[in-house]
Amino acid sequence: MYQYDEIDQRMVNERVAEFRDQTRRFLAGKLSEDDFRQLRLRNGLYIQRYAPMLRVAIPYGLLSTLQLRALANIARTWDRGYGHFSTRQNIQYNWPRLEDVPDILAELASVQMHAIQTSGNSFRNITTDHFAGVARDEIVDSFVWCEILRQWSTFHPEFTYLPRKFKIAVNGATADRAAIFLHDIGLQAVRDSTGYIGFRVIVGGGMGRTPIVGQVIREFLPWPHLLTYLEAILRVYNRYGRRDNIYKARIKILVKARTPEVFREDVEAEWAHLKDGPATLTAKEVARVESRFTRPQHERLPGDDLLHLARLDAEPAFAAWAKRNVHSHKVPGYAAVTLSLKKTGVPPGDATADQMDAVADLAERYSFGELRVSHEQNLILADVRQSDLHAVWIAAKSLGMATPNIGMITNIIACPGGDFCSLAFAKSIPVAQAIQERFDSLDYVYDIGELDLNISGCVNSCGHHHVGHIGVLGVDKDGEEWYQISIGGNQGLTRPGAPAAVGKVIGPSFSRAQIPDVIEKLIEVYLERREDQEERFIDVVRRTGLEPFKERVYGDHHQGQKARGRSLAAA
Amino acid sequence: MATIIKDKKLAADPWLRLDAGADGAAPVIPAQGDVIVPLAVWQAEREALLARIGGRIGIRVNGDEEPSSFADDLRHFGVVAVYFKTFTDGRGFSLGRLLRERYGYRGELRAIGDIFRDQLHFLAGCGFDAFELREGESALEALAGFRVFSETYQASTERPVPLFRRRHSASADGVERPKNA
Repeated sequence: MYQYDEIDQRMVNERVAEFRDQTRRFLAGKLSEDDFRQLRLRNGLYIQRYAPMLRVAIPYGLLSTLQLRALANIARTWDRGYGHFSTRQNIQYNWPRLEDVPDILAELASVQMHAIQTSGNSFRNITTDHFAGVARDEIVDSFVWCEILRQWSTFHPEFTYLPRKFKIAVNGATADRAAIFLHDIGLQAVRDSTGYIGFRVIVGGGMGRTPIVGQVIREFLPWPHLLTYLEAILRVYNRYGRRDNIYKARIKILVKARTPEVFREDVEAEWAHLKDGPATLTAKEVARVESRFTRPQHERLPGDDLLHLARLDAEPAFAAWAKRNVHSHKVPGYAAVTLSLKKTGVPPGDATADQMDAVADLAERYSFGELRVSHEQNLILADVRQSDLHAVWIAAKSLGMATPNIGMITNIIACPGGDFCSLAFAKSIPVAQAIQERFDSLDYVYDIGELDLNISGCVNSCGHHHVGHIGVLGVDKDGEEWYQISIGGNQGLTRPGAPAAVGKVIGPSFSRAQIPDVIEKLIEVYLERREDQEERFIDVVRRTGLEPFKERVYGDHHQGQKARGRSLAAA
Repeated sequence: MATIIKDKKLAADPWLRLDAGADGAAPVIPAQGDVIVPLAVWQAEREALLARIGGRIGIRVNGDEEPSSFADDLRHFGVVAVYFKTFTDGRGFSLGRLLRERYGYRGELRAIGDIFRDQLHFLAGCGFDAFELREGESALEALAGFRVFSETYQASTERPVPLFRRRHSASADGVERPKNA
């Protein structure tokens, strides 16, 4: 956990005071609705369908139990007893009162948290791999670099009003668990032949209305240049990104319009002026940030715990959970555990205040008082002794957080959707629930194997449907809710095979009631076509293309369409 | 004379701002007094304005102007006034830093247009030292905008050395403390 120093704390406190004053001026009629809107967005405050929505930053997804208890307390005191963990490793409250928000921010500041820049056209929360620091395939501990970037991107005077929101993701491991090709900037840590650390810089990826896979504009940026190079990218974007149309204002549009080659030249030209300037990072600063992180003091354990292995043999239900929800750890005898927030019937990512407190208890007892939020909207205990896994499982079961479905079709990523969000065209949570109910046989789910199913209630794609192996998108047709299905999306090279990709729409959209049937048909095609258990759904889509899936879903109608297409082409 | 904010204090504005007429016609330039003219007027009347002896010259530019289009003339200007059509148009912030840091402009850099107290801290970080607030804003109350934040993490025009370099020089444990503490 990064520990604020006096200056970090002071800046967050000053922000609370600033927002308290802005809220006071707004309520006194001294700030217009429009002006206040821009200012409150910079503090994570939206006005939603039923009430304001407050988005609190969980920098790079890392939380202490003290902080989690504070989040629970906020849910209880100022909201309706729960919060929603989002796909950006943040937490959202759907029912706070505007007048209370300054007090909520003050409560957050008391545990070194904030809602700074969680919305609005500015830098957003920096995200990373939820297994940072514990993964066996680690190249660097990305938390340190994320914190350096958090400080650099907080209240940056020049980049206070960007053309549009700006999202940066950092991946410090071999496998890409941070979806770096789908962010405005993605940074992949790499080491050169001498072990020296640098970053592969990817720019212009993103989802939303115009999903695009990012482009590598620099293969190896030595780490001291990280901030000056990002500053150059941001300056080019700030000056030349479109501001006339919010749908064309993200950096991906600028990169595409200029071509990645020209954009790269622009950045290099700008960087020539900034390179080696005062913002060049120093080893001392990296060491300082690193030293302000408290670290779990792992015990020296001989290796795999024998009793744990015996339990895996003896208890199939425990073994099933361990197979899906327990992950390998770089320290012998330890493991990381995913606590699932995807229980059927509960909106994905929702947690009650009582659950948060209970998870805090678990993290204190079994995982050094820390936990992480994953962009798949689950909670992670990253440092659990193997010998404690059984006890954690029992506790997680009693909390309803032991659904053994991580990486499976029922581990659905979904935005809050039309039940809560004023932007959404359609509801997403009942769709998730209907799919989870259809696939309620665990044996069947395990047979299907790894599959990401993502649902967004509108084109803003907060549910990341573009990168779902199966994506579901809510659309509006004449005031009715319909759903478009895409397949073949992928968040990144989580393992060798399929790189980051944007899914392709299979055809006309469906009513909500049809969705479980459609998904089932897609799965049938996959099971028939796969060569073996190792070949995932996404791999089959890549190998066969969309056609077999379309045929099964649309049947004769689809054949008719194809024939019409051919005769039109011939005409 | 109108009241503006200059160097974080209230000040009387000696400059007369001459904008193009509603029909786009060039403004009439008085023989005496300090005047701010649109960049296009400067470019069209450069020789005449240089020959003028009755007062100083400043220019008004939009935030998206390329600084290279007037950088060679910066030594002639007493003011560069950057116009913000809306305060959320961040291009003027980059323009400010470029003028100060790349082109070495030392004269008055003024933010005009949709400007009020909640932007002052950030604009100051980008090299702006003068502010002409939008209609209806109290310049006196707006001065509070400079006191909201006591630090910035980044290198900026106001603080060319980023906090992380100052933290180390300030103390051994990386925590900056005031000298008299």
